[in-house]
Amino acid sequence: MSIADKVEVRLRVNGEDTAIMVLPYKTLLEVLREDLGLTGTKHGCELGECSTCGVLVDGKPFLSCLAMPLDLEGREVTTIEGMARGREPHPLQVAFAELGAAQCGYCTPAMLLTAKALLDREPRPSREMIKQALSGVLCRCTGYLKIFEAVELAASRGSDG
Amino acid sequence: MASSNPGSMFIAGGTDLVPNLKRRQFDVPALISLNALPGMRLIDGDGERGVTIGAGVTLDELAHHPALDGAYRALAQACDQVSTPQVRCMGTLGGNLLVDPRCNYYNQTYSWRKAAGFCLKKDGDICLVARSSPRCWAVSSSDSAPVALALDATVTLHGVGGDRRVRAHELYKDDGIDYTTKRADEVIVSVEVPGSEARMTSAYWKLRRRPAFDFPILGVAVALSWDDGMVRAARGALGAVGSRPVEITAFLAPLNGRRPDDALIAEVADAADKPARPLDNTDLSHYWRKRMTRVYIERALREACGVDPLAGRLSAQVKAAAI
Repeated sequence: MSIADKVEVRLRVNGEDTAIMVLPYKTLLEVLREDLGLTGTKHGCELGECSTCGVLVDGKPFLSCLAMPLDLEGREVTTIEGMARGREPHPLQVAFAELGAAQCGYCTPAMLLTAKALLDREPRPSREMIKQALSGVLCRCTGYLKIFEAVELAASRGSDG
Repeated sequence: MASSNPGSMFIAGGTDLVPNLKRRQFDVPALISLNALPGMRLIDGDGERGVTIGAGVTLDELAHHPALDGAYRALAQACDQVSTPQVRCMGTLGGNLLVDPRCNYYNQTYSWRKAAGFCLKKDGDICLVARSSPRCWAVSSSDSAPVALALDATVTLHGVGGDRRVRAHELYKDDGIDYTTKRADEVIVSVEVPGSEARMTSAYWKLRRRPAFDFPILGVAVALSWDDGMVRAARGALGAVGSRPVEITAFLAPLNGRRPDDALIAEVADAADKPARPLDNTDLSHYWRKRMTRVYIERALREACGVDPLAGRLSAQVKAAAI
């Protein structure tokens, strides 16, 4: 096998099984965006320092820029595109929109997914827990306060994930 | 596979490896994933029998695992302070034990390193930290490694030649490039932390600029076993003050057989920073990191003794100096 040979990868993304031919050295981020057309997941630092590329793997926050797709066969990947239920936005998405918890919006997909992982584990988190859970995701517009408030709002409405 | 693909590397969480690949610190023909190996994600045991941890257990799992709630709390604390929540969900114990030693002149992009002049560790022939040095001074930047030494853990390595067991303090070498006694074809399979019939307490303190993010620029791990209010044996190790985790167990010996009070803890901590020799090659000034070493040893010891970590004499000195 040469490095330029594509290999088959079977991924389960947003509840859908898919088998695609990809270059084995591509990261999950590149495969999601370039091969699956799921461009909601963003390129950031590419080095695991900003978490903008965050997705969920088996419900836990993962950095797609550092994950190798071949390693994720048999696991459940959730991207921002899989967060809404059909046409119904996720309660976190509603709360973020209502409170304007985004400025440029670039970190928002990762913020939402990371917050979802927190609420799935801890439906009524304290402010400190929210800060901890989101601490890895950098927002360079410094909009953290509204983000924390939006997570609290979604939690108070009994988001069941 | 490792022996038939020379130069290949193993990948588990990938959180240390993949950034290094992208910055071309690592240049490898192939990656070999460890993630499908059976048994790598098991945790078994308790404080009395000891705990065996599969090398593939994630740092996030260890940070919250009930088996590490008591005597081995330092290990949970260390895992809980590695980088960000995202990295902890991906990174594994085996990977953190073997984090590639770091340096301001090495952990940079390819173009930065090219512009500054390549260093001994990658592509160059001199150490940019100490130009006349024949060796590399990259810093051991693992949070779990000093804890493994303090808890006297043993790792099981599996390679082409079979399994072998190595005590944590024999796993590391004092060199920023050639930093481990693990051979290239070997992987850490599991980590065993011995049990104790005596009551045991442990603590880990970490210094870094951003508490939600950074690698340690100082780590202090201590473990105390107790006999009716008296310290039976104290063990400890420092992280990020050299190219390998540094034992301070000998410096903690004055605690043995005594009931530690404020004065004794301060006195022991004041002397136990002696083997710490931070250089000017990580974040913040090395003078300050050296100065904080004894303070963090005091805090870790106080926490392991069950008293307010911040109320010690050395902490008070730092506070007074800052006003």
